[in-house]
Amino acid sequence: MLSTMELLTTNYAYGTFAIIIAIGLYMMIASPNLVKKVIGLNMFQSAIFLFFVATAYVHGGSVPVIPQEGGAVGEFASPLPHVIVLTAIVVGVSLTAVALALIVRIYTEYGTLDERVIREVADD
Amino acid sequence: MTDVALALLVAVPILAATLPLLLGLRFENVGWPIAVVVAAVEVALAALVAQRVFTDGAFVHNLGGYPRTYGIELVADALSAAVVALIAVVTLAVLGYSRTAGPHRNSFYSAFLLLCGGLMGVSLTGDVFNMFVFLEIVGLATYGLVAAGRSGRSALAALKYLLIGTAGASLYLVGVGYAFVATGTLNMVELAAAISEVGYTDPLIIASFAFVAVGLSVKAAVFPLHTWMPDAYAESPDTVTAYISGLVSTVGAYALARLIYTVYTPEFFAAVPLAADALVAVATVSIVAGSVLAVMQPDVKRMLAYSSVAQFGMIVAALGLATETAVLGAFIHLIGHGLMKTGLFVAVGVLASAYGVRTVSNYNNLGYRSPVTVAALGLLLLALVGIPPSIGFLGKWYIGLGALDAGAPIVAAVVFFSTLLTLLYAARLLETLYFNPADEPIEGPTFPGVRVISDGGKASVSVGMVFVAVAIAIASVALGFAGPLLEAFFADFLEAFL
Repeated sequence: MLSTMELLTTNYAYGTFAIIIAIGLYMMIASPNLVKKVIGLNMFQSAIFLFFVATAYVHGGSVPVIPQEGGAVGEFASPLPHVIVLTAIVVGVSLTAVALALIVRIYTEYGTLDERVIREVADD
Repeated sequence: MTDVALALLVAVPILAATLPLLLGLRFENVGWPIAVVVAAVEVALAALVAQRVFTDGAFVHNLGGYPRTYGIELVADALSAAVVALIAVVTLAVLGYSRTAGPHRNSFYSAFLLLCGGLMGVSLTGDVFNMFVFLEIVGLATYGLVAAGRSGRSALAALKYLLIGTAGASLYLVGVGYAFVATGTLNMVELAAAISEVGYTDPLIIASFAFVAVGLSVKAAVFPLHTWMPDAYAESPDTVTAYISGLVSTVGAYALARLIYTVYTPEFFAAVPLAADALVAVATVSIVAGSVLAVMQPDVKRMLAYSSVAQFGMIVAALGLATETAVLGAFIHLIGHGLMKTGLFVAVGVLASAYGVRTVSNYNNLGYRSPVTVAALGLLLLALVGIPPSIGFLGKWYIGLGALDAGAPIVAAVVFFSTLLTLLYAARLLETLYFNPADEPIEGPTFPGVRVISDGGKASVSVGMVFVAVAIAIASVALGFAGPLLEAFFADFLEAFL
């Protein structure tokens, strides 16, 4: 059984994941500024990327490039989560682009990025 | 070689999505013809796939020839074939509506085809991470389409949907990550075996199920995660509402069904009864909340949106009950609801284009001014209530029966109660349409020698638009007689998993 100290020193990446994902979620909910909401969303997603990369790490493992002549031995970092993160980053970038495009249009329409003001104007 | 059809179903619309933009550089309004050709191809492919599933059972296509351990496979079984058929048919129907109703921009049809390809991808993929990517393609295209209304309000609705929808998809990705850490695979079939090896009560597996269930409930708009839906439906153009109401949350619920039955399997529910109970409890609250909120809405599109919250609650509750009859009901209601909602929003869109009316109180006496459209609308409303013979009745009947089988009379009672509430708002609309006296035209001030000319609203209703509404209304009644056929179609799937 690992002690608390050992858990913290070996699994700090997972702890950071939990903290960042919570901050991102809180920012999305609590910030009235639309751009900051999108930043919160980005933090939320980045935390998940961190989680995937952390799971791929193998202590003492090397880069998972298998030589063509074969004969690879030893431990390798898992390549699959890295591929997942790459794809997820692409998805995240396109989402951010769409979100910002929408925000530009909202700004030209309402002249503000404050959600509370927009809600007041939109309800009239 | 029909398994290539699975890859084509996904690839054709996604590749064709580039064409309207590309050819739009040379020609104007090429989007619609391209989309119709693609939709016709999709219907043919979907028919091919459904026919093969019906005669030979499920089949798979390994992308790039890699076996499922390394590659991604596309799977066609009864459930995915039914959803694929629904997507293809609704795509074609909505295009029949959008020819006159618009939007006519080429970029609109690019997003439309991208959405079609994404929906096909979600329903066919056999890989949980691939499903995340397709869910995000669906999401991205939907956010763009909701904002196609070009007003500030629609952009606001789209942004709200984007924030909530992406958070939901990301939670699903966390769930996939947890399952991957526990098992080391992403393929659905292999995951099912690996999860039973790891043990259903492993904390990682339970946590992954919780994340997946919450994430996909956002996509399926289960109360209280439904808040994006009424705004997105009400503020988007009628064409978009008709399309996304029938399909987008449907594939969200499909993804949930797929994950529950193919990946986690009902044995997980048996080992962790809390998971099933929580799912059923939340879904039951969703049925009541959706129905009550629907009754209170003055805006017709919002009313139908809240009705969707209730219907998806019913579907998710049935999935959580996990008895054969209930799950059969969930599948039938999933398909039936998609068809009925598309038809309802098409009919509402026709009335909005003809008279510019959007609220229940403005529908006075329209039953005599547009008899055909309103008859289709009435038929679809009655089908939604669940009056036999109709597909809505079949779905609710099996869900209610399945709830009694599962020893959950409360769910059966709630389904019945929600039917009464549905009758309440459907009847309110029908009363306004047929029995309320027509509004007196408002007399403006008159000046001698001055004639008031109005443009008569947007008188842009084509025969095609009305035809689509009528065809869907007839289909939803005709499918009410197809109970034994649907039962036979889903029998193998249900036997394999329950």
